[in-house]
Amino acid sequence: MAKYLLLKHYRGAPAPVNDVPMDQWTPEEISAHVQYMNDFAARLEKTGEFVDGQALAPEGAWVRYDGEGRPPVTDGPFAETKDLIAGWMVIDVDSYERAVELAGELSAAPGAGGKPIHEWLEVRPFLGAPPTVPECAFHG
Amino acid sequence: MDEALLRSLTPSVLGILVRRGADFAAAEDAVQEALVEAVRVWPTDIPRDPKGWLVTVAWRRFLDAARANAARRRREDRVEEEPAPGPAPAVDDTLQLYFLCAHPSLTPASAVALTLRAVGGLTTRQIARAYLVPEATMAQRISRAKRTVSGVRFDRPGDVATVLRVLYLVFNEGYSGDVDLAAEAIRLTRQLAARIDHPEAAGLLALMLLHHARRAARTASDGSLVPLAEQDRGRWDTALIAEGVGILQAALARDRLGEFQAQAAIAALHADAPTAEETDWVQIVEWYDELARLTDSPIVRLNRAVAVGEADGPRAGLEALAALDASLPRHTAVAAYLHERDGDLATAARLYAEAAHKAPDLAERDHLTRQAARLNARRRR
Repeated sequence: MAKYLLLKHYRGAPAPVNDVPMDQWTPEEISAHVQYMNDFAARLEKTGEFVDGQALAPEGAWVRYDGEGRPPVTDGPFAETKDLIAGWMVIDVDSYERAVELAGELSAAPGAGGKPIHEWLEVRPFLGAPPTVPECAFHG
Repeated sequence: MDEALLRSLTPSVLGILVRRGADFAAAEDAVQEALVEAVRVWPTDIPRDPKGWLVTVAWRRFLDAARANAARRRREDRVEEEPAPGPAPAVDDTLQLYFLCAHPSLTPASAVALTLRAVGGLTTRQIARAYLVPEATMAQRISRAKRTVSGVRFDRPGDVATVLRVLYLVFNEGYSGDVDLAAEAIRLTRQLAARIDHPEAAGLLALMLLHHARRAARTASDGSLVPLAEQDRGRWDTALIAEGVGILQAALARDRLGEFQAQAAIAALHADAPTAEETDWVQIVEWYDELARLTDSPIVRLNRAVAVGEADGPRAGLEALAALDASLPRHTAVAAYLHERDGDLATAARLYAEAAHKAPDLAERDHLTRQAARLNARRRR
């Protein structure tokens, strides 16, 4: 089993096929979308593949260390930030192919006109723990 | 409270319930409940016959559940009466459980989870923690697995090879959660190897013991990976090595070579070398040749190139590597290592950095990054 992150972007991903902003949808279309996402997560829990799902607020701040005894510096939010992460789902699946298959299904969530959004999702493998039997002869 | 004893009794208790007529899924739930009850009650009131206690409690739980399930009313009538003591079972219940839990109809992840619960006696929560998934997800994975095998006959012999693969997967998961899965895999493989006469079961057990013996030396105190050549061999567990070598020799004497025996033989040759320099790489290359004949694994071909590099020099290793597909996982890491041995530090540093970028796990990525940094620092001097 391997864990994958399915990453959803507010901004920064290639444009989806059904590219109507959510605030232009009908309330019913929004409900149908939310329902699809919830059902998807529930289904993955049943198949024993669900790990986590979270959504992020669109706006955040940049924070950095500013030296001993000083409070951290905060800045932003920056409207011009090119890439904005909207949320994620973490899955635990048997293969990369299965991760891609599930991302494809998630991307079919309905949007305007009840039609699939065809949204681009990013699929990223987790860096796990090393196997007990090393796979490289010199790692031992 | 002896948890090891409790867990070792799990498969035979489950086997008795199934033999009495309980279906596997319901029996497995009942045994889990009995285990939980034992953890609660035994510390203050240890039974004289722990197994008998577990059978009684589990059977009672099973009957309660069967009664509560109105849809199964008919079936309940059949199992309500205490079963008459039948003839001694001709097959080993525990062994049958191994086969059932590793049934080919299950995905590897399902087989692993079911084996750890039904044979290993771990709770769903422990398994979920070990695999870093929510308990609800693991519970579903296990109940799906039980449904998948619900129609499988319990009294047919299964495929030893699938059982061994499942145990190997458990061992390889290591120790990420609060359960030591490597130690659990050894326990389960030991139990299996004692029950069947199969050189590969022995080979797998030997392989596990020989790798487990190096465990303490494999990581530094900061968690970083220590390569084989730099490990403090004084920290290798000599008792485990001696046991592993003994089991392996007995298996090899049967002359039915398999992939686990060959892998164990390589591990044994490393274990046998007092220092890295004294490693018998010529023999290791021969074992990789055997392994390449037995499996079609790209990992084997890559590691053979490493071994050739040690036995016949880095140029020979690079030549062996050139014959392999450059897109294989770890191809770049092996190339970096061989170029460093060949004295081409600039190429090695560049390839280590590239390999770090492609590393499949964090420890390996950090290790490869350090190798690149080490060579870059040396070149600046």
